[in-house]
Amino acid sequence: MFKKILIANRGEIACRVIKTARKMGIATVAVYSDADRDAVHVEMADEAVHIGPPQAAQSYLLADKIIEACKATGAEAVHPGYGFLSERASFCRALKDEGIVFIGPNPRAIEAMGDKIESKKFANAAEVSTVPGYLGVIEDAEHAVKIANEIGYPVMIKASAGGGGKGMRIAWNDAECREGFQLSKNEAAASFGDDRVFVEKFIVDPRHIEIQVLGDKHGNVIYLGERECSIQRRNQKVIEEAPSPLLDEATRKKMGEQAVALAKAVDYDSAGTVEFVADQNKNFYFLEMNTRLQVEHPVTELVTGVDLVEQMIRVAYGEKLALTQGDVKLTGWAVESRIYAEDPFRNFLPSIGRLTRYRPPEEGTDGDITVRNDTGVVEGGEISMYYDPMIAKLVTHAPTRLEAIEAQADALDAFVIDGIQHNIPFLTSLMGHERWKSGKLSTGFIKEEYPDGFAGNVPHAEDRKLLASVALSMEILRKDRLDDLPGRLRPHPGTLREDWVVKIDGDHVPVTVPSGFVGMPLEFEVMFEGDAEPATVSTRFQPGDLLWSGDIGETAITVQVRPIIGGWELRYRGATSIAKVFSPRTAALDALMPIKAPPDTSKYLLCPMPGLVISIDVAEGEEIKAGATLAVVEAMKMQNVLRAERDGKVKAIKAKPGDSLAVDAVIIEFE
Amino acid sequence: MKEILAELERRRTEAWLGGGGKRIEAQHKRGKLTARERIEVFLDEHSFEEIDIYVEHRCTDFGMADTKFPGDGVIIGSGTVNGRTVYVFAKDFTVFGGSLSETHAAKIVKLQEMALRNRAPIIGLFDAGGARIQEGVAALGGYGEVFQRNVLASGVIPQISVIMGPCAGGDVYSPAMTDFIFMVRDTSYMFVTGPDVVKTVTNEIVTSEELGGASVHTTKSSVSDGAYENDVEALLQMRRLIDFLPVNNKADLPEIETSDDPNRVELSLDSLIPENPNKPYDMKELILKTVDEGDFFEIQANHAKNILIGFARMEGRTVGIVANQPMVLAGVLDIDASKKAARFVRFCDCFNIPIVTFVDVPGFLPGTAQEYGGLIKHGAKLLFAYAEATVPKVTVITRKAYGGAYDVMSSKHLRGDFNYAWPTAEIAVMGAKGAVEILYRSELGDAEKIAARTAEYQRRFANPFVAAERGYIDDVIKPHATRSRIARALRLLRNKHLENPWKKHDNIPL
Repeated sequence: MFKKILIANRGEIACRVIKTARKMGIATVAVYSDADRDAVHVEMADEAVHIGPPQAAQSYLLADKIIEACKATGAEAVHPGYGFLSERASFCRALKDEGIVFIGPNPRAIEAMGDKIESKKFANAAEVSTVPGYLGVIEDAEHAVKIANEIGYPVMIKASAGGGGKGMRIAWNDAECREGFQLSKNEAAASFGDDRVFVEKFIVDPRHIEIQVLGDKHGNVIYLGERECSIQRRNQKVIEEAPSPLLDEATRKKMGEQAVALAKAVDYDSAGTVEFVADQNKNFYFLEMNTRLQVEHPVTELVTGVDLVEQMIRVAYGEKLALTQGDVKLTGWAVESRIYAEDPFRNFLPSIGRLTRYRPPEEGTDGDITVRNDTGVVEGGEISMYYDPMIAKLVTHAPTRLEAIEAQADALDAFVIDGIQHNIPFLTSLMGHERWKSGKLSTGFIKEEYPDGFAGNVPHAEDRKLLASVALSMEILRKDRLDDLPGRLRPHPGTLREDWVVKIDGDHVPVTVPSGFVGMPLEFEVMFEGDAEPATVSTRFQPGDLLWSGDIGETAITVQVRPIIGGWELRYRGATSIAKVFSPRTAALDALMPIKAPPDTSKYLLCPMPGLVISIDVAEGEEIKAGATLAVVEAMKMQNVLRAERDGKVKAIKAKPGDSLAVDAVIIEFE
Repeated sequence: MKEILAELERRRTEAWLGGGGKRIEAQHKRGKLTARERIEVFLDEHSFEEIDIYVEHRCTDFGMADTKFPGDGVIIGSGTVNGRTVYVFAKDFTVFGGSLSETHAAKIVKLQEMALRNRAPIIGLFDAGGARIQEGVAALGGYGEVFQRNVLASGVIPQISVIMGPCAGGDVYSPAMTDFIFMVRDTSYMFVTGPDVVKTVTNEIVTSEELGGASVHTTKSSVSDGAYENDVEALLQMRRLIDFLPVNNKADLPEIETSDDPNRVELSLDSLIPENPNKPYDMKELILKTVDEGDFFEIQANHAKNILIGFARMEGRTVGIVANQPMVLAGVLDIDASKKAARFVRFCDCFNIPIVTFVDVPGFLPGTAQEYGGLIKHGAKLLFAYAEATVPKVTVITRKAYGGAYDVMSSKHLRGDFNYAWPTAEIAVMGAKGAVEILYRSELGDAEKIAARTAEYQRRFANPFVAAERGYIDDVIKPHATRSRIARALRLLRNKHLENPWKKHDNIPL
């Protein structure tokens, strides 16, 4: 086996590869840019080599630097991870010339599968199912109808020279096909000066399903089941799972065998992924093959028990696959969430900065449930603008799909990240989504279910009771301690008041603590209006903890708690709630307090991110048109031009060049 | 006897209604609670012991003889906050607009004297129209009496003012002499002269909010130490503040149970200081990760943000925190920051609250605006306050401690008890670049030489060891161990005894 390998990557995947290498007794070499000097992968590796400035094009993408680093450290092989140099045939060849092993497929396979047309040719030759269509020139409408009938409706008629939706029509029957053909042709002629069109099968509600394959240098290829990655936002995968809720054993076998046939056709000799698009009736068609380790490989590892990185290293060394197809058994269900540094409440804008808190849920196996978190950051680390905004991949495994989803929701609830914005609220919301739970997926899921973006979940009635109980328990703890302050007039009465009101998201919810008694660690009973009997609340929570974990009645829950003025911000199941605990009298008086509308910000230009004012491009009293440049703000070395959203007149300018502004600071006031 | 009891009941009920149902309703419509409701929220349930409920004014001019309300526009008494005694008075806006008469003032004075005699904090809730004009000079005399008691109680018992409505003219000076002033956003304002007078005298047209609203006083004027969304929030936060404070200048520090481990390690602090010395970081993160349970009661959060002050706890015991904030103006000391921190340091010293200081200061702010504004004397306030303070003083230098500002920030030379530095600390007369420009003026044309000189200066002085060699720094500590080191230092200092020479009082550069 190799003595030492180099990982030509960063972040979680570099850490992931190092873990397996360490398990196999192989020494590791990390590479890093200026921005990653203190990164986790550098810390974890046995050796680390600096390869350049933060920009990937000047560091992680430079094959020469990687090869130099191999030579300097004596690394015998390179694992490329994903992205960066992972699918560059030229890099494989360059390594080979230097006598260094590439832990991945042979360059011919990379080239063949990297080319859209070539890969389709290979697929057809290997009798892999591809999207049915007619690539030749269609003569007239009747010809189009004939082809459409051969393919089966619905079909898509597309301009050969097309793009951007122009000259594209979907037809569900002969009449629409005739009409669509004519329209398409006309539009294509007008838009592209080329009226050629072609017809292909239109896939309604498509699903993204991919097969993991594994080959060696001795001609063996096996498949390790599928992953479904239909939950995507703007073509970026958000949630992946294995197996797919769509497939049955027969379809799985069919897809697997086709994937293996394709892999064999290119002498595939590593881990790879054959991607398919499937319709709701389990018809599937080849899309492309990814000749690398996929981001979402952990779900496959959890259902098969196979360490894909270990297999990649072994086959790269020349070992024969120890597994046969018969050895591959899928056990249970795995779900993976990609945790991104992006603000779900601001249209998923990237968010960068220091991770002031980063406490992932505990990893490991407890009973049937396994939690795994592949990450490349630690608390105090920095999310920089230079690389992919993915912070971690949280994976849960359980015997059934619903249990894995529930475990994922629990794990997400317990995942604390502060300092930057992140998509956990959105992911938790997805985990609770009925359509996701039912498995009726398509790649349009997010667009269809969150058409107006994500505004946060609203906790339902039962959850509000849970959250009210959590807030009450923290208030009781707080009061209990203060009742022991020195210098008190009266001794601690030893009992607790029975009647309370928890104000949760603006509503006053009465709660009774019927026994008036509190046990330690905290245990007491609560009753809400309409409850037939009290529920017991018990927790080991202590003030200052970031997570409240405990039982309320039959429910075991974990809630993130952040103190705010006079109360707590509670995060649970994708919802963020504000809870304050009052005595009934104070609650009654609180109800008299005015509800203040958030300030109308349409009259202001607010600073969209913390940054430095570079210029103010208008003057007080100036009439401006929508789209006019108002100011330029620099954040993280990026100059952001702020433009007028509507016509107006500048009333006052509240900032000047050189000012350092916080987010939402007023820059310009309009009339 | 029955009738006598009934009469008492009638009088009480009448008094409890203050200015009557209509005025109470009007008060609620304005988004404000009544004086009695405020006291209810502020104190422990049923703990209020009211006195002087039947006091009425004695004015007969301008038809006042016919309009009398029991209590005369102010409610006074004592009660408890989490079991500890406090004295409280609340101006009743429903009675004569809360205006101050001779008898009204006498009630406040009576309470001030009780609070001082019994050595317990006093809290005033303000919502009033100023002096009762019908009474003329008698009201003015009343103000004077209240002011005098404020001064006598200063430094003996904590005095807190909450502005919950109008507060103008003579009414503003009693709060001004207390330790803290808090306000309620949108419903309170404070000024010496109101918008009408301002217009007559200076032709300026301003609204009450623009002239003296919470946003003005918490950001620009620094008259107010903080502002809250509404009455209930303000009063509940006053309870939280009281929990931090000793009841008088001889009382023990309040101590609460905590399960927060004093030896809790925060590894992420090891990466708090950015590699680039000119890049800011948030000092608040250090405070929140150091103190018990991340609980920090910040004072003057929106004024002079280049310095942070507030109360927190270590091992359950109150500490005062002072910290330069590199996020704002690089944490520089200017006039506002010096004044803000100086007054806080003196408050802590009055009430034996240990002071923990986090230092990252590039110096004093240069410029004509600062010099003309008297930076020398204002900066001296902070220096003076630290130097005279005899309470336990623990200091941690995280990064820059340059020039005179190094001395000011609770240095060893000002009797700092434990002075620690992180390995990233740079204790020097100034930054390397500035120093080289002075030392090697003749070489300024040669960029290469200057770079070499800068690097040399950086190597020699941009570290804590030069100061540590001299004993100015007691130890260089690992950032992740900051909490445990401070906790241990404070533990060692619990019985600290240090006295300044006897004097009538000092002469701080006001």
